[in-house]
Amino acid sequence: MAIKTEPFVLNLGPVHPSTHGVYRMRVTLDGEVVVDIEPVVGYLHRGIEKLAEERTYTGVIPLTDRLDYISSMSNNLAYVLAVEKLAGIKVPERAEYLRVIMAELQRICNHLIAVGSFFNDCGAYFTPFLHMYREREKIIDLFEMVCGQRLTYNYMRIGGVSQDIPEEFLPALEKLLEQIHRSVDEFDLFLKENEILLARSRGVGILTKEKAINCSITGPVLRASGVGWDLRKADPYSVYDRFEFDIPTGSAGDCYDRYRVRIEEMRQSLRIIEQAVKQLPSGPVKAEVPHLVRPPAGDAYAHIESPKGELAVYLVSDNSIAPYRCHIRPTSLLNLSALRDMVIGWKIADLIIIFGSIDICLGEVDR
Amino acid sequence: MAIANSGLINLGNPQTLPPDWPGGFWWHWVLFTIVIIAVVIVMVMAFIYMARRQIGRMQSRVGPNRTGPFGLIQPIADVLKVLLKEGIEPANVDKPVYWLAPIVALVPVFVIFAVVPFTDGGMLADLNIGILYVVAISSISTVGIFMAGWGSSNKFSLISAMRVVAAVVSYEIPVVLSIAGVLLLVGSLSMNDIVLAQQDTPFILLQPLGFIIFFIAGLAEISRSPFDLLEADSEIVAGFHTEYSGIKFALFYLVEYGEAFLLSCLITTLYLGGWRGPALPEWLWFIVKAVLVWFVMVWLWATLPRVRIDQLMALAWKFLLPLALINLLITALQVLALPEGSLWIMIPINFALTAVLILVWSKLFKLGWGRVEV
Repeated sequence: MAIKTEPFVLNLGPVHPSTHGVYRMRVTLDGEVVVDIEPVVGYLHRGIEKLAEERTYTGVIPLTDRLDYISSMSNNLAYVLAVEKLAGIKVPERAEYLRVIMAELQRICNHLIAVGSFFNDCGAYFTPFLHMYREREKIIDLFEMVCGQRLTYNYMRIGGVSQDIPEEFLPALEKLLEQIHRSVDEFDLFLKENEILLARSRGVGILTKEKAINCSITGPVLRASGVGWDLRKADPYSVYDRFEFDIPTGSAGDCYDRYRVRIEEMRQSLRIIEQAVKQLPSGPVKAEVPHLVRPPAGDAYAHIESPKGELAVYLVSDNSIAPYRCHIRPTSLLNLSALRDMVIGWKIADLIIIFGSIDICLGEVDR
Repeated sequence: MAIANSGLINLGNPQTLPPDWPGGFWWHWVLFTIVIIAVVIVMVMAFIYMARRQIGRMQSRVGPNRTGPFGLIQPIADVLKVLLKEGIEPANVDKPVYWLAPIVALVPVFVIFAVVPFTDGGMLADLNIGILYVVAISSISTVGIFMAGWGSSNKFSLISAMRVVAAVVSYEIPVVLSIAGVLLLVGSLSMNDIVLAQQDTPFILLQPLGFIIFFIAGLAEISRSPFDLLEADSEIVAGFHTEYSGIKFALFYLVEYGEAFLLSCLITTLYLGGWRGPALPEWLWFIVKAVLVWFVMVWLWATLPRVRIDQLMALAWKFLLPLALINLLITALQVLALPEGSLWIMIPINFALTAVLILVWSKLFKLGWGRVEV
């Protein structure tokens, strides 16, 4: 006689160690196997898009810090690019280079956290996580040196950046680059071939190329599925067309590939920063922009390759000092859209690491 | 010998006591019970302190260092904190099961220490079925943990409880089979006899394969990393003790670390020569070896990711079980064929065989293979 079983619903989140914030999944389980999941978002909704309509164009920048709070610099960049496009502002060279340096440092920051928390989800009891936080801390120190903040930087301004880098920044950056190079190699040495890691992540949560494109997945998740799409190359913004770098891609589109792509991207970011430091021109860091920007009526769409994927800002202006509409394309939310297809049929432990390997930030999902 | 001196009779037999023990059996019993409970609790605290400091170092941070010199008082502070917490009982728990579970899980852990020889004969009862007693009693803890998972009417706890039953049932077999290898060499089930038999060489040299199997399977049995699916914090929150707080949680904490100390003691006794060692007093040697084993366990804890439940099962049935059987066969053949006292021939042969077997079997077995449905 077969034992009668029935699936049960498990509520993962919003307060759960591995939901990276306040994401909630209603998981239907058959024993350990995931039958269905239903994502529930909105616990961190702060109405940033609506708030933006009440503020001046400059006043929105601190709001963008709070989108994907792990990579504030990139959010700043996406927003100011949109405003500059809207108002037709030309940015000084030095500011462009500083923006690139900050955005790439931010990418390393983000990937360190992403990979670290991925290992945490795999159950590696905080060790890789804390080692990566140690490296991130050094980058944060540099950001603090530049803009006085450690998480919500508010560094970019319309027409440039808020202030020039201090004298001691470049020597510190050079030292840091070397340290991060070493640490990334060290992570590879310890983690790359770990048998348990391979068993846990290789072939798990496969996202096919077609599926990824259809779900409009972007960023490392898309590249891990084998699509070499990177806005820094596909539609170069700022001064990205002046640097040499590769786009790392995976082949299988599983969790392991996503982790590998992130590690390789850190290396490429280091390459970009090295070139940017070499080419860094002197001059002003901010264009002459009035305090109250009043762009002509119209709309503008600017997108960048944020650490998590394509982050875009769409602005509509009615020739007033505040945006008429500010829409943000949330990378994390769109990347989450493939989660359900990736996890069905896998076990609950896999669900956690697949979710972790997408690398989302709830600040961006809920806005 | 076997029948005349069966374990149960021995319990009251004054001959097994140290000859100069004053007061006879009952004094012996009371004193040892107190000593064992004290030793276990103190060692558990020491283990907690050591784990926190060691993991701190391995994670490039300091670890607790504010409470007392080098943070030594930290475990006591932890215990006090937990004891002073309010014991919250969720609304829908199965009350008797929920309340009994910590006790059912805790008692066997202490009871097993009755047969652990801290010094030569320094144990509550030198049962001549010692190791069998250990294997039998250690499974009872699982019942307590399952009761906790079932009784607290929480789905995370239930998943954890199901996992622990699956894991313990599977890993009991390699554990017992690897112990059998040692028993073939000793010819006795008494824990003290096992240590006495390691006069020439600790059994880790004679039974390297058995040691590895016992260590891995032991880790899985007490659910330590990388097999800590029982309380996989990133998946099922805190597993079976999600709904426990206050002193009931403290008891589970005690079980967890008590089992770790127990496994260290068993490995020390079975493979590392127990209380044997030059210069230092016997009990100190025993503690030093147990702490060393714990060091390795914490090291693994801080290093390895967790395996998945089907991989856990595959490892038990496809890797450890065949190797344990082969180990048993080899040991039996050696005991049969080789003349007594030819230990020094066995050591190189066994090490070579271990290396070959593990290499060959790892080629056949990959952790990612073989999804066993649970």
